[in-house]
Amino acid sequence: MCDHQSHATHNNPYLPHPARIIRTLPQIQDHQLFQIRFEDEDMARGFAYRPGQFVMLSVIGTGEAPFSISSAPTHPGVIELCVRRIGHVTKALFALPPNALVGIRGPYGNGFPVERLQQNNLLLVAGGLGMAPLRSLLWYALDNRSKFKDVILMYGGRNPDEMLFKYELLNLIDRTDVQCLLTVDRDDSGIWKAHKGVVTMLFDHVELDPNSTYAAVCGPDVMFRFVLNELLERGFSKDRMLMSLERNMQCGVGKCGHCMIGYKYTCLDGPIFTYWDAINLQEMI
Amino acid sequence: MKMVILPKESLPEFIGHLCPFGELHVPVKVSEKSYAFGRVNDLSDIELNYTRTILPLKKYVFKPVDVMFNFCAATGYETTVEETDAKRVIFGVHPCDIHGLKILDLVFGGKYVDGYYSARRNKAAIVGMDCIPDEFCFCRSTGTDFVDTGFDLFLSDIGASYLVRVGTSLGDDMIRAADSLLREVQEQDRQAYKRRSTQRRESFQTEVQLQELPEIMDLEYDSEVWRRVGDKCLSCGTCSMVCPTCYCYAVFDELDLAGGSGRRQRRWDSCLFKDYALVAGGHNFRPDRDSRIKNRYFHKQRGFVSQHGRPSCVGCGRCKVYCLVGIDIVEVIKELRSEIRV
Ligand SMILES: Cc1cc2nc3c(=O)[nH]c(=O)nc-3n(C[C@H](O)[C@H](O)[C@H](O)COP(=O)(O)OP(=O)(O)OC[C@H]3O[C@@H](n4cnc5c(N)ncnc54)[C@H](O)[C@@H]3O)c2cc1C
Ligand code: SF4
Ligand code: SF4
Ligand code: FES
Repeated sequence: MCDHQSHATHNNPYLPHPARIIRTLPQIQDHQLFQIRFEDEDMARGFAYRPGQFVMLSVIGTGEAPFSISSAPTHPGVIELCVRRIGHVTKALFALPPNALVGIRGPYGNGFPVERLQQNNLLLVAGGLGMAPLRSLLWYALDNRSKFKDVILMYGGRNPDEMLFKYELLNLIDRTDVQCLLTVDRDDSGIWKAHKGVVTMLFDHVELDPNSTYAAVCGPDVMFRFVLNELLERGFSKDRMLMSLERNMQCGVGKCGHCMIGYKYTCLDGPIFTYWDAINLQEMI
Repeated sequence: MKMVILPKESLPEFIGHLCPFGELHVPVKVSEKSYAFGRVNDLSDIELNYTRTILPLKKYVFKPVDVMFNFCAATGYETTVEETDAKRVIFGVHPCDIHGLKILDLVFGGKYVDGYYSARRNKAAIVGMDCIPDEFCFCRSTGTDFVDTGFDLFLSDIGASYLVRVGTSLGDDMIRAADSLLREVQEQDRQAYKRRSTQRRESFQTEVQLQELPEIMDLEYDSEVWRRVGDKCLSCGTCSMVCPTCYCYAVFDELDLAGGSGRRQRRWDSCLFKDYALVAGGHNFRPDRDSRIKNRYFHKQRGFVSQHGRPSCVGCGRCKVYCLVGIDIVEVIKELRSEIRV
């Protein structure tokens, strides 16, 4: 039987490419931003991806796990992953020495449909680690500012010490070409100057035209539900509501089966789905 | 398609001519009612009178445990030296198992080609052979009782001889190597072949309607059937292991005792296992057995149809034969279709 491509080692989709962690930026408790550069210069410069795509990161001797690319393709050279320390691989990742060698393969997944989003208003709603994939889209939009109409970010954390990318985002507040609404549930320090309350409360501060706006929502389950309801009430089409989903992933390329939802592979058909996809694929949320 | 006739008495000699094309693997008897594909020292150990082997051909192309590559703290990840897996000739493969391979081809091919699979697949010559179904076979319902591609040679029993169909250029080389044993197809062979087809068709004892099943699966998403089947299922994963089209795997890194180096491996996994859809932080997307067994059926009969235009079940009956608690795929489907009520 010879209707198959031959085994090309250099083309093995499972083989991680060598890369170095060139900087780690502590974010909040148990969360760090890892700046990673491929060892191969052509790869480092030429690594093309879309906001919303993910990579498989291998910690040598420990294992591999999927992470959203948190940097934007408009900033080539390094990729950034914002990682929460939660288990086996992530614990080992946090324990690596400076400039450690890791393995990266990807980018995988569909990513945000940026062509479709252009010429529209963009509403990004994030909670917690949901900021990781949305940060990529945010900077993509700000770096291609003329291609988008209004850009609005809503991001909520429990308290000021639990805001990812806090200073970067605070710096956006007085920028005139983006509406950056940050909120915390609670502020015991009393120094928080932005909004207080749950993310959905921020909807009172914006005018949204559901027919010319795409909403991208990433965050914990509870937030999800509230935000989706809010958008539905405001007349958003389910096709204009986008979300990034997490599943167990062991290959990232549609083979291992683990990320299956209903009849879609999260790693190939996702991780970005519309709300319509989500309700259509019973198992999804 | 090119066809020739091989008299039955020449079969051993014919098989001998296949040996230069690769290591010969054939069906053998492993216990009173069980068969497996394997090597033989003596051609008389070949068991052509088998219905199904315990494991399908996937064990050759997608190994139960497979080393993907090595790693080492200093240098990172490196592919193991090029697979030297020898060429194989797998003899006596039934149509359902050939269809099983064709389904795996879809999965392991595509945008990201799985080289571990395709390397072995490219080196495996398939010599098919027809069969008479037993009470567990329902390949006629799944449309996998015949093959027109996916084999190098295919032998159909037409009484005193085999009608040999030649599917590939490699198959043609095999035929040429055994030229002296073969003769042309004659009118009586054609008639015998048609009689054999009828005989096969009429031997099916199990049938199930698969048309509109994807819609019915959606309709019966919350059906009681899933709870009943889930209650019985042990989550042992046997059905996945023996299924010719189950391809899920889990990846794990194995460290050498010295540490610092090791290898990444994968092994067959099953969506019936409890931790299959578990993610970091402890959330499990399919914590109960109902949802897991439903997922198995959904993927085969619904998901695969929307991905690849056909269900991924080839009707081999293995999952029923080997299920420890007798969960019967045909019965489950019939219940969903409300053709039987229990
Ligand atoms: C598309 C996608 C994007 C993600 N983006 C981020 C991100 O930007 N930042 C972040 O911190 N986390 C992200 N995650 C979650 C992250 O992959 C898990 O937290 C990670 O797998 C934890 O690995 P671990 O070994 O530390 O945890 P453990 O609980 O020890 O996991 C053990 C193994 O289970 C499997 N596994 C467990 N959870 C998951 C999971 N959620 N997804 C896939 N496999 C899993 C993996 O094989 C893993 O090696 C993302 C997940 C997906 C699917
Ligand atoms: S073989 Fe039977 S008991 Fe075991 S997982 Fe499959 S259906 Fe369940
Ligand atoms: S689901 Fe059962 S009958 Fe269908 S191909 Fe798999 S083992 Fe055979
Ligand atoms: S992660 Fe393996 S199939 Fe999607």
